[in-house]
Amino acid sequence: MSKTTSRRQFVGMMAGAGAVTWFAPNLSLAAGPEGRYLVLVILRGALDGLAAVVPYHESRLMSLRENLVPAAPGDENGALSLGVDGFALHPGLPFLHTSFHAGEMSVLHAAASPYRERSHFDGQDVLENGATTALGEDSGWLNRALQKTAGAHEAAAVAPTVPLVLRGDAHAVSWAPSVLPEPSDSTMDRLMNLYAEDEPLRTALGDAKALSMAAGEVEGDARAIVRGRSFPPVLEAAANLVASDAASVVALSLSGWDTHDNQGSDSGALAQRLGQLDAGLALLKQKLGAKWQHTTVMVVTEFGRTVAENGTRGSDHGTGGASFLLGGAVHGGKLLGDWPGLAQSALHEGRDLYPANDLRGLFKGVLRDHLGVSRSDLDGFVFPGSRPVAPLDGLIRA
Amino acid sequence: MHSHEAIIATNRFGLGARPGEAGEAGVAPRDWLKAQLTAGDSTLTGSGLKTSQEALQDFYRFRELRQKQKKAAAENPEAGERAEGDKRPDSGSPRSIIAAEIEARTKFAILTKHSFRERLVRFWSNHFTVSTSDVAVVSLAGAFEREAIRPHVTGSFFDMLLAAETHPAMMLYLDNVRSIGPNSRIGRRRDLGLNENLAREILELHTLGVNGGYNQGDVVEFAKALTGWSVSSPRDRKVPPGKTHFDERRHEPGSRTVLGKTYTDSGPQQAATILRDLALMPQTANHLAQRLARHFIADQPPRTAVDKLARSFRESGGDLGALAATLVDLDEAWSRDQTKFKSPDEFQVSAMRGLGATRVERRALRSAYGSLGQSPFTAPSPAGWPDEAEAWLGPDAIKKRLEWSQAVAARMGESRDPAAFLGETVGAFVSERTLKLVRRAESREQGMALALMAPEFQRR
Repeated sequence: MSKTTSRRQFVGMMAGAGAVTWFAPNLSLAAGPEGRYLVLVILRGALDGLAAVVPYHESRLMSLRENLVPAAPGDENGALSLGVDGFALHPGLPFLHTSFHAGEMSVLHAAASPYRERSHFDGQDVLENGATTALGEDSGWLNRALQKTAGAHEAAAVAPTVPLVLRGDAHAVSWAPSVLPEPSDSTMDRLMNLYAEDEPLRTALGDAKALSMAAGEVEGDARAIVRGRSFPPVLEAAANLVASDAASVVALSLSGWDTHDNQGSDSGALAQRLGQLDAGLALLKQKLGAKWQHTTVMVVTEFGRTVAENGTRGSDHGTGGASFLLGGAVHGGKLLGDWPGLAQSALHEGRDLYPANDLRGLFKGVLRDHLGVSRSDLDGFVFPGSRPVAPLDGLIRA
Repeated sequence: MHSHEAIIATNRFGLGARPGEAGEAGVAPRDWLKAQLTAGDSTLTGSGLKTSQEALQDFYRFRELRQKQKKAAAENPEAGERAEGDKRPDSGSPRSIIAAEIEARTKFAILTKHSFRERLVRFWSNHFTVSTSDVAVVSLAGAFEREAIRPHVTGSFFDMLLAAETHPAMMLYLDNVRSIGPNSRIGRRRDLGLNENLAREILELHTLGVNGGYNQGDVVEFAKALTGWSVSSPRDRKVPPGKTHFDERRHEPGSRTVLGKTYTDSGPQQAATILRDLALMPQTANHLAQRLARHFIADQPPRTAVDKLARSFRESGGDLGALAATLVDLDEAWSRDQTKFKSPDEFQVSAMRGLGATRVERRALRSAYGSLGQSPFTAPSPAGWPDEAEAWLGPDAIKKRLEWSQAVAARMGESRDPAAFLGETVGAFVSERTLKLVRRAESREQGMALALMAPEFQRR
């Protein structure tokens, strides 16, 4: 099958071969112009929220972390003002900046999951399982949400295996670019033939072919992409999966945020990552085309980092962090939630940005208003035990 | 053609037939398996393999050196860069330790004549999962399997349980090193508290099972009994670093009541006594029987098989050798339905065995495990790797297996006859359709890739 085969022809071929692909039914439901799309971007390693969304109005900022603060708005290579108090985005985030002012992006700062310790793995588990402890649930909140959405959705992850956030009873698949050479068409066809009488294997292989077609060709080093270190191709693949109707909910991870040493400020290790993230999100918007108007993207991380810089010009694991809401469906241009400030007495354990906002409030607001999950399902099933956590209102356009 | 029984013995009980093995097993398959239980040995040693104490000491040194290097780099950016370039201690680094362990373990699995024993090692190791999500465990996971699991695989379950739960790897992985009795000497001084993880996972995963009849109160009481068990670090002046030891100052004083029975405060013996009682409870027998049957027989194992295994466990007082022999004698385990779908690790090992591989290459291994999605010691949670087909039978997983099969076939394909490969590894299970399609491949290489991906080879 040549790679230039159009999607419609491909579907025709698959139908003709008698193979039942997992997303063929979804095509007839047409997650098209009326559909809703969600992309969850998990930044693994604890993004330094204070460097991504910088509170320049805080008088203690420079004395606490002089080497980590980008040049101020207006300066050369300076931060990009949000026009709200003194907050400005890191200079590496121009797309997010434009989106904010165009009303397509909102920031939730000083946010955290219920997790209060400092292990990446446990923190990510809590971020993904929607519980209050790492072992609290062995399925993900997004998977549970998909069992309760108003419309039907197909979920996929751009990752080597399905991440915890998408694990559970709802069907979800994963896709990652191949590090080894792709099988030839001849081998694929013969294997399909070999599986003619084995339904589970035949279905899996058929779906694999369809997924690969949907994800498309992505440029770049497959190994780096698979490890979540080359951002734009991962976001491009996610966009392709949505654009081709293979999935309407996509989760992906980007790594390398654990900046303990030599974090840099307007340039350096973190700046480089932020630049890639921004470029990747811009590419996502571009590739989604008309679907962007109906898309919500959430960019979250397991926790933030210390307010003060450490002894190696970096920052250590903290608590409150920054998260982004982005998309044509977003009622943006807002700094959401509460800002606790950087006064010493306001810090968490004397060292971290206080987690004034619960990330579950962000998730709930999006799930309720964008995907139609009821409040009672959110409180009792998707995020068990979370009734006191209210969904954030006004996140999504009517 | 090798009989179904010969293939079941080598493939479902064992890790996949090496060339010629199905012939040997086929003479008297059940005896062939039972002989491994009595005459075999699962010990794994090697020059690159360190004891857990050595590995942990290396880890502490490595961590200290890295901290120094980072500090130097930050204080002196130019000179610092050069210092970074200076080699990190290589043989002691967690990455090099675990690479050596994975290589040794995989090679052992590929070459062993007692692959039923080896499957049991892997089963129990997965039952007592320690995962490298915790950085210190990276250095210890291999040693854990060799020290706590292998010696007891046909011995007493209680011995294995005690060894596993008190091994430094488990203490670190499930946070017992951070658990301090609130009324212990240190607890009162520093206002530090209990960590329930180890206690909960022992009850939920390792012994009684989630429906085993314990409650939150039992978890807390058990956790208190476990306080004091810790792993010595360089900061402990009285004990050499890297060993499990009992620190009285962290132990919650007093007697504990778990599942209705009271245990006096006998220091380290308190938790050990609770463990012994847990090992002998009928719920534990049921739970272990269920897991064993699910691994060896079917994702939804027949009730009769589970009951027989549980009874064997109870009647033998938890003898794992007797349990394995009972498993061999179960008619349900010899069903001619290939119900179990191979996990990525099983697939890889059985492929290498079937191809008669004699060596493993470290980098190829790492890339294969990464791509197939089951790197050893990286299970996503203490529950270990799942046993059900649906966990492994996804579209991307199948594609990755095909790519790997293709790569392996490209390296070895021309020198092997795919039909003969299937004959040795799958025997009477092979279908006419598969044989025909494999023989009609455009090249031996393609034929070998198809053989590796054949439904009969993907299952056991």
